[in-house]
Amino acid sequence: MKNPFTSKKTVGAVAIAVFAAASLSACGGASAGGNSASGDVSYWLWDANQLPAYQQCADDFHKANPDITVKITQTGWDDYWGKLTNGMAAGTAPDVFTDHLSKFPDFVKTKQLVPLDDAVKAANINLNQYNAGLADLWVGQDGKRYGLPKDWDTISLFYNKKMAAAAGLSPAQMASLTWNPQDGGTYEKAIAHLTVDKNGKRGDEPGFDKNNVAVYGLGLPGSDGENAGQTQWSFLSATTGWTTTDKNPWGTHFNYDDKRLQDTIAWWASLAQKGYMPKLETTVGASAPDAFGAGKAAINSNGDWMIGQYKTYKGVDLGIAPTPVGPNGKSMSMFNGLADSIWAGTKKKDASIKWVEYLASTKCQDVVASKAVVFPAIKTSSDKAAAAFKAKGIDVTPFTQHVKDDTTFLLPITDNAAKVAGIMKPAMDAVVAGKAPASSLTAANGQVNALFAK
Amino acid sequence: MVFIAPALIGLVAFYIVPTFRGLYLSFTDYSILGDPEWVGMKNYQAIAKDPMFWNSLWVTVEYVVINIVLQTSIALGLALLMHNVAKSILVRGALLLPYLMANVIAALLWFWMLDYQIGIVNQVIEWLGLPRVAFFGSQIWAIPTQALINTWRNMGYTALLIFAGLQAIPGSLYEAASLDGSSPGQTFRKITLPLLRPVLALVLVMTVTGSFQVFDTVAVTTQGGPINATRVLQYLIFQRAFNEQDFGYGSAIAVILFLILMVVAVIQMKFLRGNESDLD
Repeated sequence: MKNPFTSKKTVGAVAIAVFAAASLSACGGASAGGNSASGDVSYWLWDANQLPAYQQCADDFHKANPDITVKITQTGWDDYWGKLTNGMAAGTAPDVFTDHLSKFPDFVKTKQLVPLDDAVKAANINLNQYNAGLADLWVGQDGKRYGLPKDWDTISLFYNKKMAAAAGLSPAQMASLTWNPQDGGTYEKAIAHLTVDKNGKRGDEPGFDKNNVAVYGLGLPGSDGENAGQTQWSFLSATTGWTTTDKNPWGTHFNYDDKRLQDTIAWWASLAQKGYMPKLETTVGASAPDAFGAGKAAINSNGDWMIGQYKTYKGVDLGIAPTPVGPNGKSMSMFNGLADSIWAGTKKKDASIKWVEYLASTKCQDVVASKAVVFPAIKTSSDKAAAAFKAKGIDVTPFTQHVKDDTTFLLPITDNAAKVAGIMKPAMDAVVAGKAPASSLTAANGQVNALFAK
Repeated sequence: MVFIAPALIGLVAFYIVPTFRGLYLSFTDYSILGDPEWVGMKNYQAIAKDPMFWNSLWVTVEYVVINIVLQTSIALGLALLMHNVAKSILVRGALLLPYLMANVIAALLWFWMLDYQIGIVNQVIEWLGLPRVAFFGSQIWAIPTQALINTWRNMGYTALLIFAGLQAIPGSLYEAASLDGSSPGQTFRKITLPLLRPVLALVLVMTVTGSFQVFDTVAVTTQGGPINATRVLQYLIFQRAFNEQDFGYGSAIAVILFLILMVVAVIQMKFLRGNESDLD
């Protein structure tokens, strides 16, 4: 049989098709950014709970600037970053988007963000109006500013008040738990006492059946290895004096080989072996907050952005307690903040800058505060948010106290964040699942540090 | 010439150009943002030393073996039933139903039914007095579970292909066999299987190639976990390229997978003599 690819005509057709394909892909490239100060500005965010607040901001903004219309798109966290990166490569990314501390270093490195220094100077934005430290987080290693802060978050313990009362734990006791990596302190005692097996025996009573647990003292959403333990264990390891990286931001050496961290993780993983916390394998596909809502766990550690969801669980009298006091005598919390950044490929640069400035102003942040969903970055707006939560019957002091007492530490800001997460998640999963000792984190740490040796 | 243009453009734009671009990218350092930078064999050398890659290869092979053995034998049984017993179009059609479901839907449906806490399967297991099984959470069960889901979804389609092969075997051969006093088992071994060989070879090449490329069920359920138990090759490629923005590395693994599939397909065709029939 004649090979179809040797005919001259076919070769010609292939050449045309190749040319067509090449020119098609060429169209996809980002074109030079324009500076239009009017028209549609696209804006992305991932948290559906915050969408109504920001839609309100967009509507108000349009009223004040009738020639600019903001189009908001909300995409869930899991798809958000992939869509955003692909959009940047294809030239279809949004003009303005909600940015995360763990992600922006890679965008700065690949020159995808517009520096905002000139805009800040021109509009005379007071960077001291934000809670301390938040504005500086968004300055890259090149000394330029790539985002204006929109909110911040800390971690606390959500607990079931009825279960605590039945276990004889008063709100005052829950608010003053202590912890150490050796015996877990009163934190472990409370977790053990709140754990109840199918026969009604508590976790610290003789005859407790750890294989048939009805209520776990502590819920488990996952090993949190990909997020540096933000909501699950970082508030404990930090009280031992351990830090994730040699310096923050822009650390280049990770410390997962440190005994203080490994002791913390070993203690935490031991809760699952003792039956006080679900085994990791039973949590695949499950939602820890929903299990809490269904009365299957007494305590969940989580961030303030989850207050709204925890509050919706019917029949659960929600208590919020500060993270336990550790060996350094403090209750600690990781501190994370979001900001709005402008994509370098935007064709509406001036309009985008106006929108970002509006988002970072009290006008928008007071609106967000009034919806009681998160804590805005501006100090006065933060206080308004706390008042709005209080009006809804939620005392958020455990979250705000960390900022007042300066007992926060930053989410690690480094290059290679996605690769670090790719290594640390399976490594941490293995330890929490009881398949590897905490000392195995030393090997993972070596792999992580090798990323920075290049 | 003109009538093949639509197919040709599709072939060139979606297969040939991406294949060569992927091959080129596998020799580069490319973060999708910015330009690819030529690094020669660096990605391949790194892969050879990457325990994640070897783990993925092993996990994928485990998946392929479970999936293919089960799928082919069940499909063969179903095809024989369709050919000899279940002549009703309704029954034959019902066998194909799971295949009409999108992969992702099938995976999510089973993810839900096999859930440790709320899944109906674990509820039944508990009624039987047995301990609950973490189908997706346990390192031992995760891959067999994924393989079983895909077996369930694809066996009807594979059975249909084999069924078509069965219909091509002349009925006169069976008549002659029964006249000679051949038992059903003998007939199956000496007539059905040998004459079905070219079709089976085609089915195996297709299903083995397809199973090596398992991705969607993993992506919507375990995402590589628990630990690394379901980090199959395609998921590792996706993770390296799209999550970690290392398109050069991802492309290099994809090229290796391409070579593996090519070798496996050639071996299968050669040993099963898939391009010749015993009927001539």
